[in-house]
Amino acid sequence: MNAAKVLDAKGLACPMPIVKTKKAIGEIESGQVLEVHTTDKGAVKDLAAWTESTGHELLKHEDDSGTLKFWIKKG
Amino acid sequence: MKAMTAKEVTKKVIENEELFILDVRNESDFNDWKIEGKTFEYLNVPYFDLLDGVESILDKIPADKELLIVCAKEGSSVMIAEMLEEAGREASYLKGGMKAWSEHLEPVKVGDLKDGGEMYQFVRIGKGCLSYMVISNGEAAIVDATRMTDVFTDFAAEKNAEIKHVFDTHLHADHISGGRKIAEKTGASYWLPPKDAEEVTFDYKSLEDESEVMIGSTKISIQAVYSPGHTIGSTSFVVDDQYLLSGDILFIDSIGRPDLAGKAGAWAGDLRETLYKRYKELSSELAVMPAHFMIIDELNEDGSVSEKLGTLFAENHGLKIDDEGEFRKLVSENLPPQPNAYQEIRETNMGKINPDEEKQREMEIGPNRCAVR
Repeated sequence: MNAAKVLDAKGLACPMPIVKTKKAIGEIESGQVLEVHTTDKGAVKDLAAWTESTGHELLKHEDDSGTLKFWIKKG
Repeated sequence: MKAMTAKEVTKKVIENEELFILDVRNESDFNDWKIEGKTFEYLNVPYFDLLDGVESILDKIPADKELLIVCAKEGSSVMIAEMLEEAGREASYLKGGMKAWSEHLEPVKVGDLKDGGEMYQFVRIGKGCLSYMVISNGEAAIVDATRMTDVFTDFAAEKNAEIKHVFDTHLHADHISGGRKIAEKTGASYWLPPKDAEEVTFDYKSLEDESEVMIGSTKISIQAVYSPGHTIGSTSFVVDDQYLLSGDILFIDSIGRPDLAGKAGAWAGDLRETLYKRYKELSSELAVMPAHFMIIDELNEDGSVSEKLGTLFAENHGLKIDDEGEFRKLVSENLPPQPNAYQEIRETNMGKINPDEEKQREMEIGPNRCAVR
């Protein structure tokens, strides 16, 4: 998947992964994809709920041996 | 902004103090499991919906109530509490978040033993687990210990008691037992019902029906009453002819569910036999002390969880179902969701897997769900 931007939020605890995701998504255009890497397991539910409430689209997420990766399409 | 500890919140629960809780976890986590207090009020708004400011919720937070911000691990609640303080509202955050809430144990003395010993209940208020310590003449026995083993070993040390015996009433499916760890650390014997322990990977002492164990040199005996139903091996203990430790067989306002080891149908009959025949033969004066509570209403005024067996036969709905078919239906149909990660928890308690502390914490997240009401 072609991401316009990759955010490395590994090692950061809640709420920082979402705080940084929000900032990073502000820096790309509508329709572009942001790739987020985090090690905070709470991010799985939180990012899903956040994208829904903000009108972005969580395209997919995967667990790459401990690093959680998310692809979010800006709404 | 100040931190409020799980112990301070526990005190508010027990003393029925008022508290307004702003829980900033996502909605599904909040709906699944939250801090319960009879006089608490709640507002759930996820922290990620408040990143642009807290103005939208200010009018939903009463100005005349103490305010506590809660999240999973603390970080987000600190951020939101800071934002609220900037907006002119005083706010505390829960130190360590729901993680700390899940792990807090509150020791409550529940009674004296006839020969001078003491009986303590350890209330794991956030998760509803109850453990017990019998102390007599410099010796201690622990029943259904949780994985926060330091609390038990420190408490025994404070009481100058040597931990001699550690029991589990059954193989737990909702929380990780601390029994084996305490036994390894202190040299105590670890007892399990053999029928629940067929697959365990470690040595244990076998709890047989009607065996007795002495605690201290006084005449305190722990009488094991074999009482299948929740699991095939479930065992109850009668301590000092006064206390019935009922494990996950009988609770204050509910009864055990027989399906967590996958055998609801087969064990429903065992559960009925235990509750309606075996327990009926015991003295109605025994104080029932279960391994769990489900709702905060089950707490007594001092924070303990216990009721006379006779009272439960009169008031607990699960003990008053005359029709066997109806009973079978109650305990095997429309059961609440099974506890989080219950298969992995069972395997951990058997010694088959050894997850690290962080993983154990995660496996235990959520309510205990061991009962049917």
